[in-house]
Amino acid sequence: MSYGAYGGRYVPETLIPALEELEAGWRAARDDPTFAQELDRLGREYAGRPTPLTLAERFAPGKRLYLKREDLLHTGAHKLNNALGQAVLAQRLGKRRIVAETGAGQHGVATATVCARFGLEGVVYMGAEDMRRQRPNVERMGLLGAVVRPVEFGTKTLKEATSEAIRDWITNVETTHYLIGSCVGPEPYPELVRELQAVIGREARAQVLEAEGRLPDAAIACVGGGSNAIGLFAGFLDDEDVRLYGVEAAGAASLGTGRPGVLHGARSSLLADEDGQIVDAHSISAGLDYPGVGPEHAYLRDTGRVEYLAATDDEALAAFRRLAETEGIIPALEPAHALARAAELDGEVVVVCLSGRGDKDLDEALAHLK
Amino acid sequence: MSKTLVIYLMAGKDTPELAAAAEAGGADLVEIGFPFSDPLADGPVIRLAAERALAAGMRTKACLDCLAQTGARVQVPLVPMTYSSLLEAYGWERFADDARASGAASLIVADLPAGERRELRRVQLVAPTSTDERLRLAAEQTDGWLYLVTLTGTTGARDDVSPALAALVERARKVTEKPLYAGFGISTPAHAEAVAALTDGIVVGSRALEVAEEGAAALERYVRSLRDALGAG
Repeated sequence: MSYGAYGGRYVPETLIPALEELEAGWRAARDDPTFAQELDRLGREYAGRPTPLTLAERFAPGKRLYLKREDLLHTGAHKLNNALGQAVLAQRLGKRRIVAETGAGQHGVATATVCARFGLEGVVYMGAEDMRRQRPNVERMGLLGAVVRPVEFGTKTLKEATSEAIRDWITNVETTHYLIGSCVGPEPYPELVRELQAVIGREARAQVLEAEGRLPDAAIACVGGGSNAIGLFAGFLDDEDVRLYGVEAAGAASLGTGRPGVLHGARSSLLADEDGQIVDAHSISAGLDYPGVGPEHAYLRDTGRVEYLAATDDEALAAFRRLAETEGIIPALEPAHALARAAELDGEVVVVCLSGRGDKDLDEALAHLK
Repeated sequence: MSKTLVIYLMAGKDTPELAAAAEAGGADLVEIGFPFSDPLADGPVIRLAAERALAAGMRTKACLDCLAQTGARVQVPLVPMTYSSLLEAYGWERFADDARASGAASLIVADLPAGERRELRRVQLVAPTSTDERLRLAAEQTDGWLYLVTLTGTTGARDDVSPALAALVERARKVTEKPLYAGFGISTPAHAEAVAALTDGIVVGSRALEVAEEGAAALERYVRSLRDALGAG
């Protein structure tokens, strides 16, 4: 898959054969009906698919605003869609050891979960600062049998955790699959993750058609690396009348304020200075606190198919509280950014990807809301 | 046949003096690291050195100046080693042109494997995981010599020479007559001797940076110990 001038394989040579092997394995799996059947069965019997589409009447009076409830997926976020798919793929490739990075901890938990489910060895790299912010998820990963390795240098967040997971992969590439958590990284990862998350958009499209008898006017999702957004958008990209919106954290707007650059194996739009040095991102939401974004999002921005907006920490916190008070649903801080922009969109029927639940964010959010 | 000794230094205010010391100790080529904030191929020593260099203001322009100043002090070829992000920001062609104008003999880009941006002349790296087909491609495209990464891993000293090196050298010899210099994990004269028995040269980075912390005289002694292990230059 080509994303214009974005994407590529900007990695040390050591990883190239593994990426070629992964790409070949992925193509074979994609063309093998038993792979899709296995994912479908795991989705239904283990993960809780399809997730519901919930009309949020009190949150957005006067609109038909639907929440795609990935927060109700097993482990509490959309990350499991990707982790399950890659774990099945890893086994097809004969890899029994999994490394992953995590920011908010949701991808780490999803990875630890699939490692437990399939009896794989799991190692998750997490920035020390994120471990502080997301303590409950660190404990969950431990209980699930994964080893969480703190990353103590640099920003101590997702950027460094990703670099460290890739360094582990470089070192152990012959036995290890790198289970990347978003639609970032070298080819074929952006496409692989998008296809594994596309189930969100496929279901949402069918569900909104059933509920409304028509397609939505708009679909909106938060964007850090961008995997829940690309999964939602995948269902609507060919529907030209459905407007698509991604919402970045204002302090981590790789698409809104970034420039072309190379990070973690791909050329994309990044928070980088004029010398190409990566700049720190800032967001209350650990899952959006990342200076890069998937290359397909950079491409969709340039083509104009998707419009990318931003929400501040305060706007996300307000939406977080409002959804709790009006609908009895506590969202994760990441999709709270999408909620913050959703109500003001033109159009009557809107689908928001509620990518995860907010239990993990209670301490952080309550401290700020006081 | 004499073996080539390559020493890696991070760009900084002391680099001209350190490169002169490396040359005096018997280095045949000096790589100059242009630091990047997120160096995927590097272990802790080079990563930390890059962090410090960036904190000291060693951005691309300052690194090019450092290259030119170093070139004024030494006769040996100088080769900048860096990451794609710097070239992307500076302009790929402009970077290559300005590096050459500042005295660079070639370039090494750690995260730009053979096949990507073929028009950029550079020293290609190959690894134990490289297929024969990729060895051939890298050898075909490389600028002068081929950089053999001795192990599957990041830069940094190891206790022993990688057992994967011998097979890599054997495979590389079958596809190219170009000189093979091996790096990653080489830190002692004993390593140098063992690796040079297989290859045409060695690259020493992390340990050289650690010794350089102790000053130019210490670096010269260290480089000489490697030179002696390799035989006369």
